[in-house]
Amino acid sequence: MDGVILEVVDLSVDYMTSVKPSRAVDKVSFDVAAGEFLGIVGESGCGKSTLLFAIGQLLSPPAEVIGGAVRFKGRDMVTLTGRELRAVRWRDFSVVMQSAMNALNPVKTIGAQYEDTMKSHGNHTKAEILARSHEVLALVGIDAVHLKSFPHQLSGGMRQRVMIAMALLFSPALILMDEPTSALDVVAQRSLMVQIKELQQQLGFAIIFVTHDMSLVSHFSDRLAVMYAGAVVELGQTRKVFDDPLHPYTRGLLDAFPSVHGPKVRLEGIPGAPPNLAELPNGCRFNPRCPRVMPQCYLSQPELYEVGGELVKCFLYHSGAGRHA
Amino acid sequence: MPETASPGERRDPVLLETRALTRHFRIGGVVGRKLHAVDGVDLVVNEREIVALVGESGSGKSTVARLLAMVYKPTSGDILLRGRSVKEIRRWHDVLAYRGQVPMVFQDPFSSLNPVHAIGYPLLRGLKLHRPSLSRREREDEAARALEGVGLVPAREMMSKYPHELSGGQRQRVGFAQALSYQPRLVLADEPVSMLDVSIRIGLLNLMARLCEEDGLSFLYITHDIASARYVSHRVLVMYAGQVVESGLTEDVLQHPVHPYTRLLLSAVPDPRAPIAVSSADIGEPPRVIDPGEGCRFRFRCPLAIEICARVTPKLMQSSPGHDAACHVTVGLPPGLES
Repeated sequence: MDGVILEVVDLSVDYMTSVKPSRAVDKVSFDVAAGEFLGIVGESGCGKSTLLFAIGQLLSPPAEVIGGAVRFKGRDMVTLTGRELRAVRWRDFSVVMQSAMNALNPVKTIGAQYEDTMKSHGNHTKAEILARSHEVLALVGIDAVHLKSFPHQLSGGMRQRVMIAMALLFSPALILMDEPTSALDVVAQRSLMVQIKELQQQLGFAIIFVTHDMSLVSHFSDRLAVMYAGAVVELGQTRKVFDDPLHPYTRGLLDAFPSVHGPKVRLEGIPGAPPNLAELPNGCRFNPRCPRVMPQCYLSQPELYEVGGELVKCFLYHSGAGRHA
Repeated sequence: MPETASPGERRDPVLLETRALTRHFRIGGVVGRKLHAVDGVDLVVNEREIVALVGESGSGKSTVARLLAMVYKPTSGDILLRGRSVKEIRRWHDVLAYRGQVPMVFQDPFSSLNPVHAIGYPLLRGLKLHRPSLSRREREDEAARALEGVGLVPAREMMSKYPHELSGGQRQRVGFAQALSYQPRLVLADEPVSMLDVSIRIGLLNLMARLCEEDGLSFLYITHDIASARYVSHRVLVMYAGQVVESGLTEDVLQHPVHPYTRLLLSAVPDPRAPIAVSSADIGEPPRVIDPGEGCRFRFRCPLAIEICARVTPKLMQSSPGHDAACHVTVGLPPGLES
């Protein structure tokens, strides 16, 4: 892994609702190295997609970045103008959305959509565009005849591959992926994940992969960030997070997955439900559901503490108190 | 979570059974093509039992649920509830009574509740339809009891809440309460937890297990998630392209899968505890169910397919006691075709 290509520093996003603003992303910081696969996991409403959109500067009102910076290739994306952003988007970083059916234009062929994308980023001849379109489709293993196909003629798995191929048109350094596999069946999902990983190893781009399904990225991501109620509560090497989860929420999430292997054990999940971002509890946001809650958890929010190279936002690890697990 | 029973241990009587249940849909065009959504499904649900129906999109599992709920009429085949054929049901009154015995819980708790009515409204209205003998007061008591049964307390307060005031998990519990208030025998649960967050799914699966153990209720748990099927069900049926390809006791089928499709499905389940097993070249293309013709429907994706798979449709045959699969290669050829 070479240098850092993306730095997110204290990024905060508010949804400006009529009553009072809700903080969907709260002072999130992390960086992404060139060629790295970073997984971001969390439940619905934890702010994971909002964070991804904020990184790509794709938020629309009522969501608004109210603080922090997103440094990508030496520039702060938050302060770029629309014109400057357009030059960077797709050329230097691209996005793969959850629903390819909604992301693709239903009345244009795949080839025409690739052509539009290429044309809006510089002068390319028809032959160049066609050659590049063939190349990227070949990368994802789809026959070039489908350049003449319309989105509805393809299966769900093929549509997502077409989207990924489109994201590769300019060989960007970073691809943001928002649950690209969640609309797919389990076999198609596994096959697409394997392909994404292979493409990454072949072409060397970095990935930020947002998902609600922790187990999905377990074999694919280098590092994993777990989000809860707008904040990153744990960040570390994927394998370490799975083998030895530090935050009680991460542990609870892992214990909520039934397994197809090993002995059958009764699971309990996590009691209660994720909080409403407009009415967050005082202190640690996980305190109403936490099995290891302590008096100080109601008083103030924990910082992100470093424990053996991992980061965890929990008082159990405060001031080198060590693990009480 | 149900205890795993060994074969022969469970001797509960048959509650619902289907015989060669089939449903085709005519789709447009001059040639009159047919979509084979469900083809010849034999399914048994015993009293006090959770049966999982597992399959991917397009496998026909939801069509089975709708057939059992009498939303669709079967093209051919029959459904028997406690030995009585649904073909004998003609009067509207009897249809309502049947649906009260075999109610359905839907996948999406956000669209299955009317946002302009408080939670009490669908509960009371359902009771009025399905249990017409109750007085207004009894209906309110029954609704409250059903809400308490799924852990929505205080029940009286809950009845005056609106869907937007509840979390996804709570809304799905309302769906279960509605089904339970009819005093059903079998609840058709069509992907009841797939729209919910991981941390609250287990709570609903545990609720199903408890209702089965304590109240003797049966469930047909329809899902694409094999791990949750293993967690909650006694028996499992795996569907592919409208047909059952494997069935048996859940632990049997999942620990010793016989059909190549079941094996493929199991190998694709993401499991952080398991070592990575990436081998399959299968990219998960959906099955063809429009005029499928003769032959095994999985043969286009099957790594084991042989010549006969294209000519003869395999039937479910016993692979080991209580464990059936439909595969020429792994189970054996049908009588008369062995060479």
